[in-house]
Amino acid sequence: MAPGVTASTHDRDAAHAERLEPSLTPGNPGKLGMWTFLAGDAMIFGAAFAAYGALRINNPNWPVPAGYLGIAIPAVMTFILLCSCFTMVEALDGVQHGMQSKFQMFMALTVLGGLLFLGMQAFEWHRLLIEKGMSLQRDLFDATFFILTGFHGCHVFGGVMYNGVLLIRGMRGKIPVAKAGLVEIAGLYWQFVGLVWIVIFTFIYLI
Amino acid sequence: MTTQVAISGHEADHSGPNYVAVFIYLAILTGIELVVYATGLPQVAKAGLLIALAGAQAVLAAMYLMHLAMEKKALALIAIVPVVLVTFLCLMLLPDLTARMWTKSEHKIGETNPAEMEENPVAPPAQQVPQH
Repeated sequence: MAPGVTASTHDRDAAHAERLEPSLTPGNPGKLGMWTFLAGDAMIFGAAFAAYGALRINNPNWPVPAGYLGIAIPAVMTFILLCSCFTMVEALDGVQHGMQSKFQMFMALTVLGGLLFLGMQAFEWHRLLIEKGMSLQRDLFDATFFILTGFHGCHVFGGVMYNGVLLIRGMRGKIPVAKAGLVEIAGLYWQFVGLVWIVIFTFIYLI
Repeated sequence: MTTQVAISGHEADHSGPNYVAVFIYLAILTGIELVVYATGLPQVAKAGLLIALAGAQAVLAAMYLMHLAMEKKALALIAIVPVVLVTFLCLMLLPDLTARMWTKSEHKIGETNPAEMEENPVAPPAQQVPQH
C-alpha cells in the first residue's frame, strides 16, 4: 500500500468503490462527459430549429429557401461532411487496432474534409452576402439562415481544430492503443456535427 | 479500459459495424432527399417525407457511427432526452401558431377602455412584419 494509507483506509476505500454504481462508459469516463455535452448542444440547436420553424410558419411571405439559396453547393457540402464522418470512424478503428498509419491517414482526411466544408461555406456566404445582398439586419429569413449555419460552422471549426491536434499528436506517436478513447471522444463530437448538418440541410435548404 | 481490452487483440477483431455500408446507406438517403425535393409533391407531403428521411439518417449516424447501439442502454437516455424535449417544444408551439394562422389575427396588447382612451390617448404598438 502507498505510504500514509493504512489497512483501514484501504478497506474503507475498497468498500466505497464496491457501493458505487458501475459507470455508463466503463474505461472511458470522458465519453460520458462528451455525451452529456452533446445533449446540451443538441438542445441549443433544437431550440434554434424550433424558433426557425415558429418564425417561418407565422410568415406567409417566407421565400422558398432552395430557390433562393441554391441546392448544389449545400448538397456537395453534405456529401463532404458525410465522407468525413466515415473517415473519422475509420481513423478511430485504426487507432483502436494499433494501426497508426491508418489512423493518421484517415484523421488527415477528416481534417481535410472539415476544411473543405468550411471553405465551401465561406464561398457560399460570400456569394449570398455580396451577390444576393443578404445580411443579418435585412429580415428574419436572412438572420435565421446566417445564425443557424454560422453556429454550425463554428462547431465545424472547433472540430477541425480538435481533430488537428489529435492528428499532430498521433504523428508524434503520442496516441497509442491505450489512448484510443481520446479519439473516440473526438469522434462523437464530429459525428454530432455531421448529424446536425443533415438536419440543417433538410430544414433550411430542402423544406 | 474496456474499450482497449475489447479491441486490443484477443477478442474478435473488427466486430464493430460495417462502416462502409452505413456510409452507403447515408449517401443513398441523402440522394433520396434530393429526389424528393425535386419532385412536385405537395409541400406538406414533401416536408413529412424529408423529415422522416432526416430522422432515419440521424438514427443511423447515432446508432452506428456514434456507437450508441454498442453502448449501455442507459446511455441512450442521455441522447434521447434532448430529442424528447425539442419535440415537445415544437409541439407546444403549434397551438399558438396554428391559432394565429387560423384567425389571421394580429397580436393585440390588451383591450383598452374607450373612456380611458379619450383621457389618455396612447399610440398603438408598432407592428413588426418581416420585410423581404
